[in-house]
Amino acid sequence: MARAAVRGRLTWQLTEVVESIEETPRVKSLVLRAPEWSGHRAGQHVDIRLTAEDGYQVQRSYSIASAPEEQSLVLTVERLDDGEVSPYLVDELRPGDQLELRGPIGGYFAWDTSAGGPLLLVGGGSGIVPLMSILRHRVAAGNNADVRLLASWRTAGDIIYGAELERLGRLDGVEIIHTLTRDAPAGWTGRRGRIDEAMLGDVGWAAKAAPLSFVCGPTGLVEAVATGLVALGHAPERIRTERFGPTGG
Amino acid sequence: MSFVSRGFHRRHTEPGQEGRVPPGQYVTTDFPVLSAGPTPHRPLENWTFSITGEIDEPLRWTWDEFRALPSENITKDIHCVTKWSKLDTRWEGVSIDTLLDGVETSAEFVVAFSDGGYTTNLPLADLKGGKAWVAFGFEDEPLEPEHGGPARLLVPHLYFWKSAKWVRGLQLREDDEPGFWEGYGYHNYGDPWLEQRYAGD
Amino acid sequence: MDAELVLDGNALAGVFSELFLQELTVAQGTCGACGLTGPLAETRVYAYAPGAVVRCPGCGDVLLTIVKEEGRYWLGFDRLRCLEIRGDAR
Repeated sequence: MARAAVRGRLTWQLTEVVESIEETPRVKSLVLRAPEWSGHRAGQHVDIRLTAEDGYQVQRSYSIASAPEEQSLVLTVERLDDGEVSPYLVDELRPGDQLELRGPIGGYFAWDTSAGGPLLLVGGGSGIVPLMSILRHRVAAGNNADVRLLASWRTAGDIIYGAELERLGRLDGVEIIHTLTRDAPAGWTGRRGRIDEAMLGDVGWAAKAAPLSFVCGPTGLVEAVATGLVALGHAPERIRTERFGPTGG
Repeated sequence: MSFVSRGFHRRHTEPGQEGRVPPGQYVTTDFPVLSAGPTPHRPLENWTFSITGEIDEPLRWTWDEFRALPSENITKDIHCVTKWSKLDTRWEGVSIDTLLDGVETSAEFVVAFSDGGYTTNLPLADLKGGKAWVAFGFEDEPLEPEHGGPARLLVPHLYFWKSAKWVRGLQLREDDEPGFWEGYGYHNYGDPWLEQRYAGD
Repeated sequence: MDAELVLDGNALAGVFSELFLQELTVAQGTCGACGLTGPLAETRVYAYAPGAVVRCPGCGDVLLTIVKEEGRYWLGFDRLRCLEIRGDAR
């Protein structure tokens, strides 16, 4: 069982937006300069706090997309149309603006190279963000754990980090599999349909490989994948899950 | 607190609403769903509404019996402790006065109980005199499960956590007994005009 | 639709960090109703801001509730019978 990490209280810190990268029409990566940042583990998240002039405050959690090795702290945010925070982060925030956050938060859904592999990373939609942090950490640390990343999207236009994933998929020991649940473009060579036990059995590791699995996304996907992996013989204690919800808007 | 997020504003109150919106609330046209647990799915043939406790003979209605009672159309503003208010919401339901018609009781308090284990407490006086209903319709449609269907308590003059979703009955009591949220930090009474959100407010 | 409303105990890490020195989402909780033991990160969390209801992933009973408002916190203890926390020995 993971040891709890004792640390001082997390304090709110100001970061500066260096760059705002459009990943898809609804998704932006915010590259932040965070002078007070103490470092993080791949998979952890931050709390963002927005403050209006009249003192009104609102807070939301977002997974860290960057590897611990990177200079900047990167968050990837999907705009939820009726959200209170994500439209501000995606549509309004620009380089030079300050953003208040605290972190790193979360000791359960995190991976260090010392935990070893092989790794199965399964995500849907913005659930890919903490998985990307794990994958980027594995690569940046020069670690050779075998990784399979299975990502579920509605359409090809929804794929986040598409170019980078294609590049990483060409590295030794890294395999990227996409599945589309709605429309697929002509010539699509990836998978089709929702992730189920059959797809996991096909593209995932055999149970005897005893992988560490990280599953992140909407509740429906997380439950289906966790159930499917256990049915395939994977040990429940080697499956880590994180549910995202529309409340994270 | 000196830092302000450039360009960030709270949701606005619609113009002309002043006086209708309790302190600290904003008006929404959404209908946010908040739940303390999974949505129950009880078939109507298994649904009953009961009045128990300080009453000579407990009362019980099946769904068909309940729907045969006189009902009314209700238009009210509702106010959630999470700060949203929704104006002119339209419901259809049976008045608690109808359900308590002819009931003699020494009870001064009520605990409303729901499928899934949720409870909330109120003074009996706050359920009488045309102030409360068991509502089964919303905006001309049957009340959806995520909003408390087949029927929920509707007590618009108090914060909306008192309008218990999936309500199955009222327990009449001589003493006050905190319900679910009242026992876990919310205010015992919950008057939105006095901003009684939390214990001790 | 209903499945979308439930998060898990990872969502508690932030508020726990305000109250506790130890990272509690990796702490092992035992449900007093069904006896299931597991990390708090794997509980089902119904976010009812400003409250949260933490339920056992096995039997669904309420383990804990958390209400927070401007520097005041209420922790409600229902079926969380025991919590095992492994930290550094002092």
